Amino acid sequence: MTAASEKAPEKPSEQDDLPPVPHGHVRLTIDDRVVDAPQGELLIRTCERLGIVVPRFCDHPLLDPAGACRQCLVEVEMGGRKMPKPQASCTMTVAQDMVVNTQMTSAVADKAQQGVMELLLINHPLDCPICDKGGECPLQNQAMSSGRAESRFVEEKRTFAKPLPISDEVLLDRERCVLCQRCTRFSRQIAGDQFIELLERGAHQQIGTEETAFGEGEDFQSYFSGNTIQICPVGALTSASYRFRSRPFDLVSTPGVSEHDSSGAAVRRDWRRGAVTRVLAGEDPDVNEEWIDDKTRFAFRYAQSTTRITRPLVRGDDGELHETSWTDALEHAATALLAARDGTGPAALDADGEPPGEPKRGVGVLPGGRLTIEDAYAYAKFARVALRTNDIDARARAHSGEELDFLAAHVAGTGLGVTYADLESAPAVLTVALEVEEEAPVVFLRLRKAARTGTAVHHLGQWSSPAVVKTGGRLVRSAPGREPEALATLPDDVAAALATPGAVVLVGERAAEVPGLYAAVSDLVGRTGARVAWVPRRAGERGAVDAGALPTLLPGGRPLDDVARAQLASSWGLADETALPATPGRDGAAILRAAASGELAGLVVGGVELADLPDPVLARAALREADVVVSLEQVASEVTQYADVVLPVAPVINKSGTFRNWEGRDRRFATTIDPSGGSSGRVGGTAAITLPDCRVLDTLAVEMDVDLFTQTPEVAAAELGHLGAGRPTEIGPVRGPDGSGDADGDTAAGTDGSLRLASWRQLLDGGALLIDEPELAGTARPPKIRLSTVTARRLGLVEDAMAGLEGPRGSLHLPVELADLPDDVVWAPARVPQPGGGVVTLAGLGLTHGGPARLTGGTTTDGSSA
Amino acid sequence: MGMFDGIAGFGVTFSTMFRKVVTEDYPRVKKVTAPRYHGRHQLNRHPDGLEKCVGCELCAWACPADAIYVEGGDNTDEERYSPGERYGSIYQINYLRCIGCGLCIEACPTRSLTMTNEYELADDDRQDLIYDKDRLLAPLLPGMEQPPHPMRLGENEQDYYVQGPEMARRSDVQDAVREEIQMTPEASR
Ligand code: SF4
Ligand code: SF4
Ligand code: SF4
Ligand code: FES
Repeated sequence: MTAASEKAPEKPSEQDDLPPVPHGHVRLTIDDRVVDAPQGELLIRTCERLGIVVPRFCDHPLLDPAGACRQCLVEVEMGGRKMPKPQASCTMTVAQDMVVNTQMTSAVADKAQQGVMELLLINHPLDCPICDKGGECPLQNQAMSSGRAESRFVEEKRTFAKPLPISDEVLLDRERCVLCQRCTRFSRQIAGDQFIELLERGAHQQIGTEETAFGEGEDFQSYFSGNTIQICPVGALTSASYRFRSRPFDLVSTPGVSEHDSSGAAVRRDWRRGAVTRVLAGEDPDVNEEWIDDKTRFAFRYAQSTTRITRPLVRGDDGELHETSWTDALEHAATALLAARDGTGPAALDADGEPPGEPKRGVGVLPGGRLTIEDAYAYAKFARVALRTNDIDARARAHSGEELDFLAAHVAGTGLGVTYADLESAPAVLTVALEVEEEAPVVFLRLRKAARTGTAVHHLGQWSSPAVVKTGGRLVRSAPGREPEALATLPDDVAAALATPGAVVLVGERAAEVPGLYAAVSDLVGRTGARVAWVPRRAGERGAVDAGALPTLLPGGRPLDDVARAQLASSWGLADETALPATPGRDGAAILRAAASGELAGLVVGGVELADLPDPVLARAALREADVVVSLEQVASEVTQYADVVLPVAPVINKSGTFRNWEGRDRRFATTIDPSGGSSGRVGGTAAITLPDCRVLDTLAVEMDVDLFTQTPEVAAAELGHLGAGRPTEIGPVRGPDGSGDADGDTAAGTDGSLRLASWRQLLDGGALLIDEPELAGTARPPKIRLSTVTARRLGLVEDAMAGLEGPRGSLHLPVELADLPDDVVWAPARVPQPGGGVVTLAGLGLTHGGPARLTGGTTTDGSSA
Repeated sequence: MGMFDGIAGFGVTFSTMFRKVVTEDYPRVKKVTAPRYHGRHQLNRHPDGLEKCVGCELCAWACPADAIYVEGGDNTDEERYSPGERYGSIYQINYLRCIGCGLCIEACPTRSLTMTNEYELADDDRQDLIYDKDRLLAPLLPGMEQPPHPMRLGENEQDYYVQGPEMARRSDVQDAVREEIQMTPEASR
């Protein structure tokens, strides 16, 4: 809209003085105001820009126009002739010299809108007092603004049984539905999950699933189902977990950022009396548009869980953990950590009967991947300054030295790289070791959007998973563990597509499971010129890389060389670079090995789930053997059982901070609920005041006579920002494994009944932040073992039969599903929650992606014998 | 100055001795209020004892003093407190805040919330002046049953509302709202 057009013309002659219509625009008149609009714009949008609100239900800016509800009728005049009937402004595009009169200036439009409203309300129940949408309902509001005060309908209304669950999480009330089809259009266009549809005709027209229509079949199995609740303009779709919890006027809404994945999705947290009651998608066109996945939306009760740790705990002489004061706990932790660091701990002194040998010395740090960048920075600094070591690794998952090289070369300190918008405009995208829908759902939505507008999406994987199908993708099939070769020998057209400017390669953290894959990706982008982005699963991974919570990288992507250490030493107020450790640290697995073998004396552990580590057995041994284990946790976990000191830390709602998302974009958020504010910070009815990790580490460091200056996230962020990025000009190559191929590469899968295993994690698999969410857990995809038809036949297995996946440390029994896998390959989810609580992980069974596995058939029991 | 000036003032005193006493002998004799006096609230019941409140929070919304706190709950077939889907699981009125304006009564869509004539709302403990459901719910009259229990007067909540007025006129079912208007002045004596 041009500036001149904003003025209303008083006399027709004034129109002649208007500037020429800009290229690609048309000039029209809406409610007597002249406006220039880009060609193809919908009338309703042009009205919005003028501040004229046309009532609407089905129109949604991110969905294709449907014209389903007819609430947006306006009067249109073309070429001096009025159209015979009012037109739907949400489907009509602007045209040159159009004259539009909305309900503001046209009695005809106003009457038409009132008529439509009356029709919509004919069968609408008088449910507002018991309806969850009441108070924020577009139908309520627009019935007031565009409806008649009196109803003329005296007959009996049509009724339906209600509420009708269409999944564990979403409840449908068919009486309230206005048939706008926002939900079905969202599912079809945005999520690609066609599980809900419009059924029946006439007054019985209704939304339904296969299950509601036929009494059996599929329900609304979508990872994005919660978005339909949010965009439903009435209370027809409601959330089972928010059902009757509160009213909009009770709630305080605080903007936040998703803590569940690396998407950095904007969310809005609505809370009341110190507890979050619901999470909604926030609006950020650059990041998540208006959509989030169900995990981000529905998993928030962990902060109110009864397993939350709210007071510091110290293990007493009786071997039990006891609540104590902060002073006492910090003193305990500091003394023990100092002794462990300097090798003066009890084990080193006590050489009774045994040869003195090497004393245990040093402390390893495992911060976990869920930290804000400020907290990760505090851990990084704590390790270097207070513990004088580089033994720190935030990667609580499969990892490798090759990954460190890759991160140094392509990720650390690179700032904002490939963005969501770049994905949308990319001519071609290749995902490597990344199952987008399961591991980065918001990225998946953008990829799907891109695919709908012409981006060619390629997936390097084993089978046509839902993500491949829904992104209209092409599967570049590779045997598990053979991905590097597949990348080296990409089909010519894929390689050519990746060579077009703007092409993107997305690589997931699982690349670390296949030796040589990161090197192959690095090689591929070098060869084709495609841009590369690293998309980890957890929210804190990217921040941890940039904050230096890795054994070979210092904050800002700095290497461990003298220059970088001197820089850091001067900013941190240390004497010189010798005050900072120079030897590259141990990575996560090496830290655990060293602790288990008695080399390391202590461990500082953040939010780490032992089951997620590549070798949970080793991790348990390490925690048992270490002289001192200090755990910083929100909820009691397996680590708590081994910890000597447990320091409670704040969940994301009780602190401020920044998640750096996979793009490298800083997603700052303020405190949602200030735990020190009166009745807030409720945990199971009792007040809980917990502090962010950076504050706890800062105080612990002071006890150890060191200053971290990370008292608050703001201070930590300022210091990190001041340090800036420090990428060296020369970056080493990404070194693959020595020799070619992995050791068990050619154990001739198939000959002795052994198969190759492929796996990744599913979105909802009983992770630590999913506790206390039964409805959400009910929407998880059922875990299955997948095989090709040929392999299944060879093993005598049929669809839905139970099969047992055998590993060195146990087995996992799941039903079989046939899929287009390569022969002699079996796919299974990497982590399977068990009905009675607890989880079975493939790593826990001693199985790895690309490694050998055996299948047994015919078992009928559920669960695992691990 | 006249000679009676010293005792003239007593004239007022003496004359008052023979007038009608205005002092209330409270609390020995309790004052009967006007029938529509805005006293303590009451959450009424349907004739079978189910609660009328649906936990809609409209009363809390209407309250200008922010004295009402409500949390809704989900009725199940096993545990039913009101007809229909929703009931008020937590209901509190803070009488330190309530100004007795009666706007909540106007807002209530189910005639669940009404006011009694009880005016003795003083205490020496602030906590005790937050009234919960236990003190706000109407007493169980003969024929009423303590919820949770299934709907006794119909198949669904429609029956309760559509047939409610008719049932209220019948002599064999009790209506709390009607009772309370007749009973309270005498009962509080
Ligand atoms: S959908 Fe809106 S109008 Fe309909 S009952 Fe619910 S709040 Fe009322
Ligand atoms: S359920 Fe809601 S979003 Fe879906 S058609 Fe009905 S009113 Fe529209
Ligand atoms: S008393 Fe009335 S207005 Fe208040 S919550 Fe109950 S039904 Fe709603
Ligand atoms: S908003 Fe235009 S038809 Fe629904």
